Amino acid sequence: MAQVVVVTSGKGGVGKTTTTAALGASLAQSGQRVAVVDFDVGLRNLDLVMGAERRVVYDLIYVSQGTVKLSQALIRDKRLETLFLLAASQTRDKDALTDDGVAKVMRELRESFDWIICDSPAGIERGATLAMRHADVAVVVTNPEVSSVRDSDRIVGLLDSKTDKAARGERIEKHLLLTRYDPVRAGRGDMLNVDDVIDILSLPLLGIIPESEEVLRASNLGSPVPISSPKSGPARAYSDAARRLMGEDVPMVFPTDRNGLFSKIFGRRAA
Amino acid sequence: MSWLMPFRRRKTASVARERLQILLTHERGAEAHSDLIPILREEVLAAVAKHVPVDVDKVQIKIERGKAVSLLEIDIEIPCDAELAATRRRDRAPRATRAQRVAV
Repeated sequence: MAQVVVVTSGKGGVGKTTTTAALGASLAQSGQRVAVVDFDVGLRNLDLVMGAERRVVYDLIYVSQGTVKLSQALIRDKRLETLFLLAASQTRDKDALTDDGVAKVMRELRESFDWIICDSPAGIERGATLAMRHADVAVVVTNPEVSSVRDSDRIVGLLDSKTDKAARGERIEKHLLLTRYDPVRAGRGDMLNVDDVIDILSLPLLGIIPESEEVLRASNLGSPVPISSPKSGPARAYSDAARRLMGEDVPMVFPTDRNGLFSKIFGRRAA
Repeated sequence: MSWLMPFRRRKTASVARERLQILLTHERGAEAHSDLIPILREEVLAAVAKHVPVDVDKVQIKIERGKAVSLLEIDIEIPCDAELAATRRRDRAPRATRAQRVAV
């Protein structure tokens, strides 16, 4: 049965789009049929991060209004044949996206995919609530930083009240994905550590994505990090997170200060 | 002793954790009960106003959320002459206090 996942955070710039692309790629690498859907109307970026910006012809709004068929708007990834992108509109008005229109697209996507990953816009406005409305599972992307944690807490409140699952009296499955984690600074007590964030938000941990230059390199290239640099720390962490989403029991790898003494001495100075 | 300062400086992460815990406890409470206080205010006022005239502006409702128990505090100021009038009307003589405090 298809699973609809919303990648959300409240705060902008914490890594929702990177996470959507990376989880989508990891799931597709495991042979799952995946559609990643950009809900950020007017500020779309998932196409750019996936390297498909020049292939977008039709978008989510065209399909939701019935102007074109879903198959005409879906863009197949050039590297992974079970990975598809449905872009957001860059030029249309946000209000062109209606509740019924989105419901129709979601119904159709559920018929042909194992996973539908919705990249939520930042904020708590309509775009964000539309992205979460049909979700079975929520991935709450959080940086170990006070404003991100506060906004995540707010989003958790919305997930428990504004989703279809919540309206039916069911509980939406929620996971915490900690991104841009720097083990050196956390170890030194200058960054909230994993336990702090789990304690404060009371969410089960889906994964810890270490702060890494590979993430920026991947978006520069337009290639999700599990494709561009599959052996890197963030790629492994995303791949583990994807396996946990699929129900596998994968032991949590806590990013450590890999270079030991070297980065203890020089990492502090650089940080 | 300023050379000792780097060692005595409090770690910022623990400050962040404490600030967040306090803030979010407050915000979660406010969010969950955003409708409760106005509703209680209306209904309690209506019930009291049946027996004693009350000034709408002299009512305070607070909810303090604790781990095991929450405290609902309702302060209603009743003017002395109104109180007397009500007492005479019912032909009873309890000397009620100026403000009633109810805990639930």
